[in-house]
Amino acid sequence: MNKTLLILQREYLIRVKKKSFIIMTFLGPLLMAALMVVPIVLATMRDVGSKSVVVLDETGWFAGKFESGEQMSFIIAEQPLDSLKKEVIKGKFDFLVHIPATQLNVPSNAELYSIKQPSVSVRSYVRNVIKTEVENRKLMASGIDPEVIRQSKTTVNVLTYQLGADGELKKSYTDVQSALGFISALLIYFFIFLFGSQVMRGVIEEKTNRIIEVIVSSVKPFQLMLGKVLGIALVGLTQFLLWVILTMGIYLVLMGIFGSEIVQQPAAMSGELIQQVPEEQMDAVTKGMSEVFEVVRTINFPLILFSFAFYFLGGYLLYAALFAAIGSAVDNETDVQQFMLPVSLPLILGIVMMNFLINNTDSSLAFWLSIIPLTSPIVMMVRIPFGVPVWELTLSMAVLVGGFLFTTWIAARIYRTGILMYGKKVSWGELWKWLRY
Amino acid sequence: MGFLVTEGVSKQYSNHRALDKVSISVRERSIYGLLGPNGAGKTSLIRIINQITAPDEGRVLLKGRALHPNDTAIIGYLPEERGLYKKMKVGEQALYLVRLKGLDSSTAKRRLKEWFERFEIQDWWNRTVEELSKGMQQKVQFIVTVIHEPELLIFDEPFSGFDPINANLLKEEIFRLRDKGATILFSTHNMASVEELCDDIALINRSKKILEGQVGDIKRKFREHMFELELGQTNGRVEEFIPADYEIVEQTPLTTGHTRIKVKNPMAEDGNALLSNVMKHTTVYAFREILPSMNDIFIQQVQGVNANNGNNLL
Repeated sequence: MNKTLLILQREYLIRVKKKSFIIMTFLGPLLMAALMVVPIVLATMRDVGSKSVVVLDETGWFAGKFESGEQMSFIIAEQPLDSLKKEVIKGKFDFLVHIPATQLNVPSNAELYSIKQPSVSVRSYVRNVIKTEVENRKLMASGIDPEVIRQSKTTVNVLTYQLGADGELKKSYTDVQSALGFISALLIYFFIFLFGSQVMRGVIEEKTNRIIEVIVSSVKPFQLMLGKVLGIALVGLTQFLLWVILTMGIYLVLMGIFGSEIVQQPAAMSGELIQQVPEEQMDAVTKGMSEVFEVVRTINFPLILFSFAFYFLGGYLLYAALFAAIGSAVDNETDVQQFMLPVSLPLILGIVMMNFLINNTDSSLAFWLSIIPLTSPIVMMVRIPFGVPVWELTLSMAVLVGGFLFTTWIAARIYRTGILMYGKKVSWGELWKWLRY
Repeated sequence: MGFLVTEGVSKQYSNHRALDKVSISVRERSIYGLLGPNGAGKTSLIRIINQITAPDEGRVLLKGRALHPNDTAIIGYLPEERGLYKKMKVGEQALYLVRLKGLDSSTAKRRLKEWFERFEIQDWWNRTVEELSKGMQQKVQFIVTVIHEPELLIFDEPFSGFDPINANLLKEEIFRLRDKGATILFSTHNMASVEELCDDIALINRSKKILEGQVGDIKRKFREHMFELELGQTNGRVEEFIPADYEIVEQTPLTTGHTRIKVKNPMAEDGNALLSNVMKHTTVYAFREILPSMNDIFIQQVQGVNANNGNNLL
């Protein structure tokens, strides 16, 4: 046991001291934080500088239709197109919009001139105004009041409730739950592959370095395998923990710096939206946001975090043992493929099925996939945010523990033969023989 | 009772028998050579003694009792396929490997320092293994093998891959360790090293032990009763000096005016009769019995067995 600890220690330290580990540890949270902060920063940056737009309206329909706001100011001009173009080149205006004379039944085209690459927001705003105006005119030509159309537009919200046994109503938030299940399942998938393949590479390294026989003359092959698998599991947990802590840290720091902008942001957004979005949709947006916060409150985070840790570890241990066995059976990494695919197929299946499972969390397929230990780390994580009966969760966890004990036992048998076998192209039949030695 | 004894050890792999009832006995504080052609089963036997694999039949006794897992602490093993972690620092790595043998950290460090000084490689402590040449790595591997002062040392093909200087160093160290009380078992097909080093040998061929004993005894067992003499003035009458039951195999005139002859008599136990007879006729400048080299015995035995097996097949 003492020797297993010594091996664990080496495996852990050698990986944690690596440059790539340190880089990954800091890069991960930075990327996460960037993902959260960059949109906000971009949104605040857009406010900088108002663009001047000159409009040459040959149809005469748009007087007063372009509303000057914080970001764009509009001037209706009467000069000929060529002289206006010159003024844009001189820098008097940022943009020139030319709306040629047209008829209602002819498709309307407009032209936008600028020195710089035209910004998307200007272009889409101009297009929107023209489109709305032309549509309104067409409606009126057909004798329909555009106001009638506007009022007949309806937004429908379907609120979903789960009925408890005692008739208690529980609001259910499928979208948020799906996202949560999706993200945690995906993370487990990546972690298993990332650290499982580290185990495999470690075994291959010891084999190709020919240090393996020196070590197994001091310790049992099983101790070596166990020390390696557990050491790398600790590396994974360390990295994950550091990510959580650093992400929170960076987020808090950035909140301090950009705090005011983040608070202002909804206001800035609505200022822009208000020009296009009807009143009742605005309501839905703010309602939706408050709902998200409500959902976040109702979700059982301790359970999800605990299950995440459990299924990550269990799934990792189950697959890491198999990956170690693969590593022991081959001489170099290029021979890995024929064994890797069949072994990792259940994991890939779990990911592929995820879309179906999210929509059918209570199907019997979802049930079985979340019990079978090869797929349960992924599938159960998808189901947990939607609520899983306690007995199913307990059964699944118990089967997973049994599963990794079993794969470890199998792997150890293959491993102890494989590590001393060189220069032999190993087949599945050969592995079967090793199992029974 | 030997220090290390294997009794009827057999090992079967799926489609070939690696060891067939092999029994050897290694005396305490001796150097024991395990000889045999490639694939004979030497490494299989060594792995069983090191408890890396288990025998299907038979048992291994160390100091008169069955092997115990903790015995790894009193065995030092230098495998044929030996390597080190390339990215790890030399000192750190040596420390790790030594501690795996059960030495505590401070003792391990102290002894490592001593050995590094002995081999004059202190400067390597903080260098990674990939920076070292192969010969340097071998020194580190050797140190790691012997540092826990094991009572039994096992070297599998120790001289393969060693340059002559390191090979010589290794030989000296083997003698030194033996003198300090260690028992040494090594496998090799380098016959020159066998004659220099070994007290006893076992010859393994095709999974079976075909020969075991002290080097001197074996040589005498396979003697061809061949004697070599260097004679003075002969006047071309060599035949008259030699008793009739001796056959002259070779006769070479030397630049000094002497003649070297080789004679053979299957009945002669020693050369005394021959010598006293020759001395009556001329001056004897040199005399010795030609014993077969281990190399000759090895080839003769292995080929003989293989040829017999071939005949059986016909």
